[in-house]
Amino acid sequence: MEQNKINITIDNRPFSVKKGTTILDAAKANGIEIPTLCHINLKGTCVDNHPASCRICVVEVGGRRNLAPACATVCTEGMEVRTNSIRVLKARKTILELILSNHPNDCLVCPKSGNCELQALAQKLKIHETPYADGERSKHEVESSVSIVRDMNKCILCRRCETMCNDVQTVGAIGAINRGFITTVAPAFGQKLSESECTYCGQCVAVCPVGALTERDNTGKLIDDLSDPNKIVVVQTAPAVRVAIGEEFGYPAGTIVTGKLVTALKQLGFKYVFDTNFAADLTIMEEGSELLDRLSRFLGGDKSVPLPILTSCCPAWVNFFERQFPDMLNIPSTARSPQQMFGSIAKTYWAEKMGVPREKIVVVSIMPCLAKKYECGRDEFKVDGNPDVDYSLSTRELAAFIKQANINFNSLEDSEFDSPLGASTGAAAIFGATGGVMEAALRTAYELYTGKTLEKIDFTEVRGLEGVRQATINLNGFELKIGIAHGLGYARRMLEDIRHGKSEYHAIEIMACPGGCIGGGGQPLHHGKMETINARHKAIYEEDKNMPLRKSHENPYIQQLYEEFLGKPLGEKAHKLLHTHYFSKQ
Amino acid sequence: MENMKLSCTAVTKINKICEEHGNNPGELINILHKSQNELGYLPHEVQELIAKNLNVPVNRVNGVVSFYAFFTEKPKGKYPISVCLGTACYVRGAEKLIDEVKKNLNIEVGQTTADGVFSLDCLRCVGACGLAPVMIIGGKVYGNVDPKNVRSILEGIDTSAK
Repeated sequence: MEQNKINITIDNRPFSVKKGTTILDAAKANGIEIPTLCHINLKGTCVDNHPASCRICVVEVGGRRNLAPACATVCTEGMEVRTNSIRVLKARKTILELILSNHPNDCLVCPKSGNCELQALAQKLKIHETPYADGERSKHEVESSVSIVRDMNKCILCRRCETMCNDVQTVGAIGAINRGFITTVAPAFGQKLSESECTYCGQCVAVCPVGALTERDNTGKLIDDLSDPNKIVVVQTAPAVRVAIGEEFGYPAGTIVTGKLVTALKQLGFKYVFDTNFAADLTIMEEGSELLDRLSRFLGGDKSVPLPILTSCCPAWVNFFERQFPDMLNIPSTARSPQQMFGSIAKTYWAEKMGVPREKIVVVSIMPCLAKKYECGRDEFKVDGNPDVDYSLSTRELAAFIKQANINFNSLEDSEFDSPLGASTGAAAIFGATGGVMEAALRTAYELYTGKTLEKIDFTEVRGLEGVRQATINLNGFELKIGIAHGLGYARRMLEDIRHGKSEYHAIEIMACPGGCIGGGGQPLHHGKMETINARHKAIYEEDKNMPLRKSHENPYIQQLYEEFLGKPLGEKAHKLLHTHYFSKQ
Repeated sequence: MENMKLSCTAVTKINKICEEHGNNPGELINILHKSQNELGYLPHEVQELIAKNLNVPVNRVNGVVSFYAFFTEKPKGKYPISVCLGTACYVRGAEKLIDEVKKNLNIEVGQTTADGVFSLDCLRCVGACGLAPVMIIGGKVYGNVDPKNVRSILEGIDTSAK
């Protein structure tokens, strides 16, 4: 017998498990699914919430008087666990009935219906009546921010959102306030999200098991615009959407459905189906050039150049440093995010080409993200009040809309994105995963800097899902040190190192969501399954490998855009249309 | 702290209290205790200042303040009234005492009178169950209180005294 193994029985079946394993994990590893509600653990990331507060996972342990929460009880030698004894089943049912006693019975009209862990559990445990539901209910006002809708009447106090906001993202916008019956998870003093530190990263929404935290739904607006004959509605889809939306239609996680996605968007009535990936290539041209510009000035002896340069594609990350690091606003790249670059180019270059005024064009984006909804509305991305991107829908909203429109997604033929704002390279595809922007930038920066052809396109050292990664790239003898962080908690560490002069990096990529955009707050819910994130991650690099062109600067339509319209990267026009500035929000 | 509405002396006092506790987040409850002793209550600005000093999110501070009944975000009256709602007091009619105080002062539980003299709160057991029902006004304990006497007790307090 191995030293670090112990013997237990679960439901009378003998198992040998590693010391330190919880009953929940031991059961799961052996194919026994003990139901949970508050527990979430994305293995391999820092996402771990097991306050043992919901008590749904209670089990009977031989020799122990009371029932034990499986998520927080560690196995011991000889332990006899029963997950399905009469006592356990009765207790679990009562616990759920008690949770439901303070939960509205409005499943029919709840935005989370069909995707709700509480609803699924009530079905699984065959709850057909709610014996304790006649008493008082807690009452909270529903808050609808630009990105996130909070309906705390539906909250079951699992604290997953609090863990995401405080421990994983270190944003500290929401936490439990008050006590007993009136306890709620909210910003301090019961303020609104817009008054708090909230970055709209949406990770609270991504883990909420019930309908308490959902996205602000823009589908209604979209239907209105699509049926308006005076409007030209164009759409852009982000790189992470195509590797995830298939899950909503029964495909295994990580299925690439780009072609079907384009067809569905055309059938929905979008006049032109374009690609955010085109703008991602454009971002690399600008951000890559900015990196090289700062670097060459720095190497030329100008020590005032702010280094490291930080990526600026992620709007939640931008919110984070504007609120929490307002003394460092000169460090991030000034390049706008791909979503905004797309909107800017669509309503100038493309509008000119088509001979239509910008007011007639409605630019809609499909994003894995909830912060993108907020980003569209930022004042600096409007021209005379007309936004470059009119509004954004999440991956989930689009999937629901496709179903609502009676489109049988699974039987769709593939189609291609429209020209010219639909062409992209593999470098753009990998924007969807943590490390992707940096890898794409390296592919271009290397060739622009050295003048040599990059033989080994895959920078595998920057890939992966560890919270912080680093690599050194040789550029004609110069050792370029790069860092990558995903999840705002890791980003904070990077920023604090820079603030204290301890950072050795020249360039850092940061994405707010664990995993990057593939794990975004607008994606199909992963329900705590890390396998889902891993599969999307793999698919992103698969998509890259399948592309005929894999370096942004080789995109012929990007070259054409610079020739016909923009001039050169970091040029005057590019600066006006593709760059931005940041504001202290403290 | 541009929009700080606290007086400079209050800020100095709070900063000093935080410093005495090493600006240690683990000392949060002690810091809140002392701050409330100093100012009488814990307005939002004080919670924000403490959060900043301790380098924790303000929701963490507010979570603690709103959890414990002892902490208050609103100023108490000069003579805080606490009516005991422990089991013994409760069964001997403490709720009627509360109703009488509410009626006489025209305030609800948790509120302060407009002139800032009285405020009303409930608490659980002051350890004087033999005297139930019990109420405390400005630190003085009144036992065996008959609801009919509440008015005269309140009127008997010299609110002009310092």
